[in-house]
Amino acid sequence: MDFVRKLGASTLKHVSGMGLMTVFLVKTLVYALTPPFKVVSFIKQLRFIGAQSFFLIVLVGSFTGMVLALQGYYNLNRLGSVAFLGPLVALSIIKELGPVLAALMVTARAGSAITAEIGIMRITNQIDALEMMGLNPFRYLVVPALFAAVISMPLLTSIFDFVGIFGGYLVGVKMLGVESGTYLGEISNHLDVADLLEGIYKSVSFGVIIAWVSCYKGYYTGTSGFGAEGVSKATTQSVVLASAMILVWDYFMTALLF
Amino acid sequence: MIKIEDLHKSLSGKKVLKGVNLSVNKGEILVLIGMSGYGKSVLLKHIARLFKPDRGRVLIDGTDIGPLNSRELTKVRSRLSFLFQGGALFESMSIFENVAFPLKEKLGLKKDEIRERVLKELDQVGLSGAEDKYPGQISGGMQKRAALARVLVWQPEIILFDEPTTGLDPIIGHAILQLIEELHRRMNFTGIIVTHELQRVFKIAQRAAMLHEGVIKAVGTPDEILSSDDPVVRQFINGDTEGPISYR
Repeated sequence: MDFVRKLGASTLKHVSGMGLMTVFLVKTLVYALTPPFKVVSFIKQLRFIGAQSFFLIVLVGSFTGMVLALQGYYNLNRLGSVAFLGPLVALSIIKELGPVLAALMVTARAGSAITAEIGIMRITNQIDALEMMGLNPFRYLVVPALFAAVISMPLLTSIFDFVGIFGGYLVGVKMLGVESGTYLGEISNHLDVADLLEGIYKSVSFGVIIAWVSCYKGYYTGTSGFGAEGVSKATTQSVVLASAMILVWDYFMTALLF
Repeated sequence: MIKIEDLHKSLSGKKVLKGVNLSVNKGEILVLIGMSGYGKSVLLKHIARLFKPDRGRVLIDGTDIGPLNSRELTKVRSRLSFLFQGGALFESMSIFENVAFPLKEKLGLKKDEIRERVLKELDQVGLSGAEDKYPGQISGGMQKRAALARVLVWQPEIILFDEPTTGLDPIIGHAILQLIEELHRRMNFTGIIVTHELQRVFKIAQRAAMLHEGVIKAVGTPDEILSSDDPVVRQFINGDTEGPISYR
């Protein structure tokens, strides 16, 4: 009997949590579409989520391209298809690894920080203080993060794609001796605009997920613990949930866009 | 001015407020006392509608603030300010920016006017010269005073003080209470002060109320509370460890 009660309580908690999260997203979108817009907060978030993620994206993108070229070269060599190294690296990065890895990196770097910052504002009554001034916390904290993530993600993904393909070029052409013309030429033969758009659509939707989950978890800090422990739990949950949602959503996006 | 009727609230499955009834008259300062963790701050947050009651009503000038929509609530809150226990200053802003924030964002005043009002308020709370510092660079007492300046810059009719002197040394604590008393004389706001500093705060208050086990146990003038025969009130006032209040 106790087991059934616990199961019921847990189910109710999760269902109400999902409902709350959906309401949070709807409210965010409504405020995102209606003025006033907080331009200064948006620029701060754009700098934090976008500009300050640049070097991390370059680092991860270049090594992803390099390892793909290395793996691809040895496997394609066995099949006698080394000429397809360029398309292998480019398509893998543009359609899949670029948007997903860039989103995971931004989640780990910026999403966690957004949750922690909003969480600290929650437990120190700074969000209540905003409300007491008659100011809407969504407009100051959530909407700017959403806009910044939605704009930053496709840009960061494009940078990831570019340096990834370049990293693959360095390993494939400069290290392993694949013809430069073959590497680049085969990429242009096999890459369509639709492939590029697939990556862009994915990165935009991942931007929504990152802003949504990280702001939601910060905003409701305290529901799973109090004080510093609450912020720490909220931050962990934010990174885990956003990462899992990115991977699950990626599957559905791929199935839809294929 | 403020009327609380049969207010009930449960938090995390625990009944915190079990039918609070209390009224605060216009222009008076009421001190709210009671054991820690017994819902005094929760009650204040209901008056600000930061919490919604499970049952009961909070009326401000006869208006039940529970069912108000966000626009109506903003109107009510424009008459109300809340001095939070930790100050709730925005840590990414300087003291000047913190105090100026509501004037700039809500009232849309011009730069010169904002500057004049902010510097005046900071001077009033004894923080002239600290306007460029950040909350993390100043002491707890200075943070409380900066938060008080941000509360006052609104020129509110109602101010809710959540433990304004907690964590401060006796001199700074006394200075803050003197400041509240002086400002009350000048602005005639309606105030509720949640505190454990009974003797000093009782001197500036017109009435006091004790919240115990989710209800108002006693209410009256500070002298009436200090001379109460109620064993619960007596134990609390005297700080006795033996008596009807169990602290374990």
